[in-house]
Amino acid sequence: MKFRLDEDQQQLQATIGKILAADRIQPRVRAVIDGKKAWDEETWQELVEFGLTAIIVPEENDGMGLSLIELAICAEELGRSTAAVPFLGHVLATIAIVEGGSEEQKARLLPGLASGEVLGSIALTEGNDTWAPADWRMAPEGTTISGRKRNVPNGDIAQLVVVGIEGGRLGVVEMAKPGVSCETFECLDLTRPICSIDFDKAEVELLQNGPAAATRVWDAALALLSADAYGGAWKITEMARDYVQVREAFGAKLAEFQAIKHQLANVVVEVEPTRGLYWFAAYTYARMPEKASHAVSLAKAQTTEVYDICARMCTELHGGIGFTWEFDAHVWLKRAMFDTAWGGRPQRLFLRATEFVDW
Amino acid sequence: MDLSYSEENEEFRAKLQEFLKENWPLPESIGDLKQREEEFRRRATEAGYMMRSIPKEYGGSEQPLDFLKGEIIREEIKKHGAPTEVVHIGTGRVVPVLLQHGTPEQKAYWIPPTVRREFMWCQGYSEPNAGSDLASLKTRAELVGDKWIINGQKIWSSGAHKYPFMVALIRTEPEDVAPRHKGISYFLLDLRQPGVEIRPIKQISGEPEFNEVFFTNAEAPIDAVVGGRGNGWNVSRMLLRYERAAFSGINWADHLIQRCVRTAKGTMRNGKPAIEDPAVRADIARLQARAMAMRYSAYRDMSMEAVGEPSGDYMMLQKLYLTEMLLKLDDITRDLLADDLMMMNPGIDTDGLKGNAKWVDASLQSLKIRIAGGSSNIQRNIIGERVLGLPRDGVGVNARSNREASK
Ligand SMILES: Cc1cc2nc3c(=O)[nH]c(=O)nc-3n(C[C@H](O)[C@H](O)[C@H](O)COP(=O)(O)OP(=O)(O)OC[C@H]3O[C@@H](n4cnc5c(N)ncnc54)[C@H](O)[C@@H]3O)c2cc1C
Repeated sequence: MKFRLDEDQQQLQATIGKILAADRIQPRVRAVIDGKKAWDEETWQELVEFGLTAIIVPEENDGMGLSLIELAICAEELGRSTAAVPFLGHVLATIAIVEGGSEEQKARLLPGLASGEVLGSIALTEGNDTWAPADWRMAPEGTTISGRKRNVPNGDIAQLVVVGIEGGRLGVVEMAKPGVSCETFECLDLTRPICSIDFDKAEVELLQNGPAAATRVWDAALALLSADAYGGAWKITEMARDYVQVREAFGAKLAEFQAIKHQLANVVVEVEPTRGLYWFAAYTYARMPEKASHAVSLAKAQTTEVYDICARMCTELHGGIGFTWEFDAHVWLKRAMFDTAWGGRPQRLFLRATEFVDW
Repeated sequence: MDLSYSEENEEFRAKLQEFLKENWPLPESIGDLKQREEEFRRRATEAGYMMRSIPKEYGGSEQPLDFLKGEIIREEIKKHGAPTEVVHIGTGRVVPVLLQHGTPEQKAYWIPPTVRREFMWCQGYSEPNAGSDLASLKTRAELVGDKWIINGQKIWSSGAHKYPFMVALIRTEPEDVAPRHKGISYFLLDLRQPGVEIRPIKQISGEPEFNEVFFTNAEAPIDAVVGGRGNGWNVSRMLLRYERAAFSGINWADHLIQRCVRTAKGTMRNGKPAIEDPAVRADIARLQARAMAMRYSAYRDMSMEAVGEPSGDYMMLQKLYLTEMLLKLDDITRDLLADDLMMMNPGIDTDGLKGNAKWVDASLQSLKIRIAGGSSNIQRNIIGERVLGLPRDGVGVNARSNREASK
């Protein structure tokens, strides 16, 4: 038994860590936050060149044939950096086809997604709080679908979207086809804007391997969001740690007050153990699929809940500055709120986890 | 990452299962239950399944450190219902210190009877005015001829009323040695002597588990000091590291969660078992998430340590994380207990209540871990300073205001 990153995984982490270094990415995130750019195309291109979009794609479909473990390691770094890139939707669309496509569908659809030539996204929920495949109501009429899907990450720039369909099936829709329209909003997390897509007799291609693949896609989303949360939580903790060592009040550095030290210790004690949790979630997904739904549900619920608490505590530690648009703390806070909500709220996921235990 | 057991480990497991089948239960001709258990442990040690970190010459089985095999042994013995290795301060704390710091004579004298549990140990660190601030301890030992003469008082020594041997931190060098902890030595003491008086203190559970221990010209031989004069602080530090590395907290947490589930099954709410209540289920799942976080953080830590990689911060957080988890567990179980909570009679089914009283005791005991072995605030200091690199207490503003106050 070895529960550590092997040399290749460490290399992967170091390389993507360099691409996503704060001094490179932070100004680009700022440009998006301030509305100067819709999303960070430059970083996305760098990540595509690095191979991010090929990681989870099988080798026979022009991918690297790696697992969700490697993808989650990258998700941690993305969460840390808050890069405004369409990672989530794209990799989930890819995973949907990897898990659900026939050989022919995979051969046709995956190479474009792997190379980043085609940008994908994922459209699952309809009403509020409908993340489980069993909640989906959109029914195909022949080879078309109609209705509205919500919470589609970067749906406005995607060329292909995988749609959750009644009975836990999955279908692929090309966004350029007639009967597809996308509504964008001013949303909370500007680094991962979500939109709603209306289908009006839009042509859909069902993926062959239905319900089992839908659960896998949901589970993958939960593992990846856990990783994002772990990375983001540590980064904002470090920001607060650095700030309290410079900011002075009452004639001392804030860090010299024990109340401040303990507040940060209480954050770290919650955050650091969630690494083991997200690793295990990604590991079960890749190697012990029978345990995955349980582990990823617990991991996503716990890790994102901790991220949210952590982001609030660290924002508080910045005082008035922390409450400004100008200062970056809210970027992490809003990602924490996104991570908590997307894929299912914690309480629901804790309950989902109990479907897989003997009590 | 690979959580599967290697072929070698699976073979190890198969051999162990065979051993267990052959050796437990043992025939009654061997003696009463206690004797049979001891005989089983003797055989298990001989076969390399117990006392693994202790050299053969001192009565151990001298196996290379392997946390995974340790887990396999624990799992299989539990599954088989055979007697487990007895965990006590002697093998858990005193022997590791001796193995690292003791002279050959000290090892030969103390380790074998400790392994056989003929020597049982308590710990004498805290004093009335030295708890969290342990380095301000005042109990003194003076070398007179070839004997140490000890005067002073220890407090909160768990088990001192039952266990005749004590590891103690005692000041052997002058008070003005700076820093203060430089003057402290690590002693192995025999408490069965006229200079030692032990007064049990009743705990909040009603049990007299810890004690005051008074030393009045108590004696110890010159070689009662382990690791050298004035080196006791370092020696005991290593001991704390050893404690922190223990796996037992995680298994304990898993065990308590299982018990919590059983209690929730046996508790009726609105005409249904409480375990069917979604709020209860989600609450227990929250505990499971924490137990999982602990287990896989520890696996990571140990896997990295095994290949010599710095594993980071988890070991320093572990105690506080477990403490906080037990707090949450206590909230859940007390809610399940409802008004049965007001009864406390562990092990006795008073007034028609069955079993639940043990949770009341657990509720009180969950406070113990918050105080003993480095209180939660002291853990927060350690995390703040060593994990985050924040300033130590007593620098900057705290020191300044002290200075101002003393002007
Ligand atoms: C059940 C039990 C069993 C024990 N068994 C043993 C034993 O076998 N052997 C032994 O030697 N000792 C034992 N102890 C003693 C234990 O180690 C001490 O109680 C502990 O170290 C705290 O010391 P104290 O009681 O003097 O409290 P204090 O040090 O006075 O602390 C009181 C409170 O102040 C807080 N505090 C102290 N310093 C700081 C600081 N710098 N910053 C912020 N907060 C602070 C503490 O967290 C605590 O909440 C046992 C204790 C208990 C409860």
